[in-house]
Amino acid sequence: MYVYDEFDRAFLQERVAEFRDQVERRLAGELNEEEFKPLRLMNGVYLQLHAYMLRVCIPYGTLSARQLRAMAAVARKYDRGYGHFTTRQNIQFNWIKLAELPDAMADLAEVGIHGIQTSGNCIRNTTTDPWAGAAADEVEDPRLYAEVIRQWSTLHPEFTYLPRKFKIAITAAKHDRAAIRVHDVGLRLYKRDGKTGFEVSVGGGLGRSPYIGKTIRDFLPEEDLLSYLEAILRTYNLGGRRDNIYKARIKIQVHEMGAEAFAQKVEAEWAEIRDGALKLDKAALDAIRDRFLNPALEELEDAPAVLAAALADPDFARWHANSVAPHKAKGHAIVTLSLKPVGAPPGDATADQMDAIADLADQYAYGEIRVAHEQNLTLPYVRQKDLPALWAKLKAIGVATPNVGLISDIIACPGLDYCSLANARSIPVAQKLTERFADDARIADIGRLHLNISGCINACGHHHVGHIGILGVEKKDEEFFQITLGGKGNSKARIGELIGPAVSEGEVVDVVERLVETYLDLRTSPAETFIAAVQRLGTDPFKERAYAPR
Amino acid sequence: MPLVKNGAPAEDLFTTVADDAALPDGPVLVSAERFLKEADTLVARNGEIGVLWPNARDVAELKPYLSRLSVVALTFPKFRDGRAYSQARLLRERYGFKGELRAVGNVLRDQALMMARAGFDAFAFEKAADAEAFNTALATYSHFYQPTGDGRATARDVRVAHAGVAPVEG
Repeated sequence: MYVYDEFDRAFLQERVAEFRDQVERRLAGELNEEEFKPLRLMNGVYLQLHAYMLRVCIPYGTLSARQLRAMAAVARKYDRGYGHFTTRQNIQFNWIKLAELPDAMADLAEVGIHGIQTSGNCIRNTTTDPWAGAAADEVEDPRLYAEVIRQWSTLHPEFTYLPRKFKIAITAAKHDRAAIRVHDVGLRLYKRDGKTGFEVSVGGGLGRSPYIGKTIRDFLPEEDLLSYLEAILRTYNLGGRRDNIYKARIKIQVHEMGAEAFAQKVEAEWAEIRDGALKLDKAALDAIRDRFLNPALEELEDAPAVLAAALADPDFARWHANSVAPHKAKGHAIVTLSLKPVGAPPGDATADQMDAIADLADQYAYGEIRVAHEQNLTLPYVRQKDLPALWAKLKAIGVATPNVGLISDIIACPGLDYCSLANARSIPVAQKLTERFADDARIADIGRLHLNISGCINACGHHHVGHIGILGVEKKDEEFFQITLGGKGNSKARIGELIGPAVSEGEVVDVVERLVETYLDLRTSPAETFIAAVQRLGTDPFKERAYAPR
Repeated sequence: MPLVKNGAPAEDLFTTVADDAALPDGPVLVSAERFLKEADTLVARNGEIGVLWPNARDVAELKPYLSRLSVVALTFPKFRDGRAYSQARLLRERYGFKGELRAVGNVLRDQALMMARAGFDAFAFEKAADAEAFNTALATYSHFYQPTGDGRATARDVRVAHAGVAPVEG
């Protein structure tokens, strides 16, 4: 992973000192809340329903074991002993006191971690494939470019007070695990005639007006990445709407101008700056590339005997089939740790779990951990021969539920239990669903099914791109849930279709179960996934069953 | 409104003149509409001229006049409205404006360094305390990741100069 140099460390210390001064001025009344709010947001500090929340940035989802231990320490010292991993590959602490925030940040800065630009109308943490650097289907490691973007966008003097937040995602694999088409800018790395570059899409996003991003450039050579991004951001900063917060994202500007007109404006701006100071020549890229310390993997054979023997145990075999993915290096594997045990809030981890995972990462995975946007953790460099031993230890700390990619691997926002924007509580619905779908054999038979829950239209739970999406709404002071069907977040991203009137909290689990039963009855074979069946059949048969009078 | 110019408290020598008022002697600041309407007479006038430019208007319109303008004042109606940062960089870096670039409106110390990096050299602060803290605010950071036209050394400059030094964990 990228190792901070003196420059990065000195910068971070300056940032902590600046925030400490801002908090002191706020507490002394020199800054009013209106003036302080954007400053604290730019450091990841929200005022939630019950307390301040600190959102800590995990750059493109990559963490060292040492950093994960620092998170555990913060959870213990300043919070209630747990943290919540988010769909943006970040972590949130929900119970921090304002006066203690600078200390918590200083503790995190010791290991190169911070909350910079995890909120506010600025360029947010660039997200990428949690399997980056390890995936078998990868063209190149996208983290180099994510780091280049991190540095360029950090406290960018021109783009810190944008019309609205701005999210960039990048993928370099055949299979898009970063949902790039639902980001303000999506970058797909690929090679053309041996040269590395990007397909650039803009204007994707969820929220109350969901859009799939539109391609505005087929191939952007790598050396032009930053000048092109600067051209996009300048076009947005000057022309994006500021009259209405709900129309201020770049997706609205792209939609209102039309993607072609928007692209022309960007290209014209880019022509002025592409050969300027932002050019990423070899020296500039190498200076960052050289600071990535990647593990020197052993030369091993695939399918070692100890693994073959362990696969005789059906429990292990089930977990292996579910949570272990192919690696680009022979004899290695990528392991996903499910943070979705039955009955618990999706994405939460206790301080003890974090410490244990950090130890296991050191012992079995070259000390590196990734956060996936599905709110799970990943160990990207595991020796196949270690899988049985690792599994036993993961099981012991409750992160080996074999439900990765299945119906109980639910993405959910914090909802009305924490969030001041929410209309409904997402977590209890998620908990009840995991209880209903608690049988490992049954969910394996149901197969791949993404179920996403948002507690309000801001869509932090990505309900629009769930195969089944659940959206909390408020009706006469009561919590109701709308159901969408057929959404997808991958390279063929599409927005799910609303299937009918919202249902009460008491009914929502039954309705989901009826959707699943409909699929099981109508699928051509177990090889036809839920989403494939929805696409083949349309939503009608599902609707009929879901709302059938009983 | 306490003005800071080139890092020091400064007296504002410019009189802001309403669109329908007669021009007094001495340096004046006029609106964009008036400036564009009377540009030829205004720049020929004996006395410095400045323009108050709204943040929704393309600064390219000022190109023909920049060499004869003493001040361009760019506005922050709310400090959260950051359009003038882009305008400032365009004026400085693309159109080569050499005169005073003044930040007006909701100008606070917590944004002063970003404004300076974008090319502003004069700041009409709302609060006296912010004007006093100006140099402290500008010294908040000595490390900058990205290049602008301000000439401050960036991460890239530092790193390329030290290329080949191996990273150590920590």
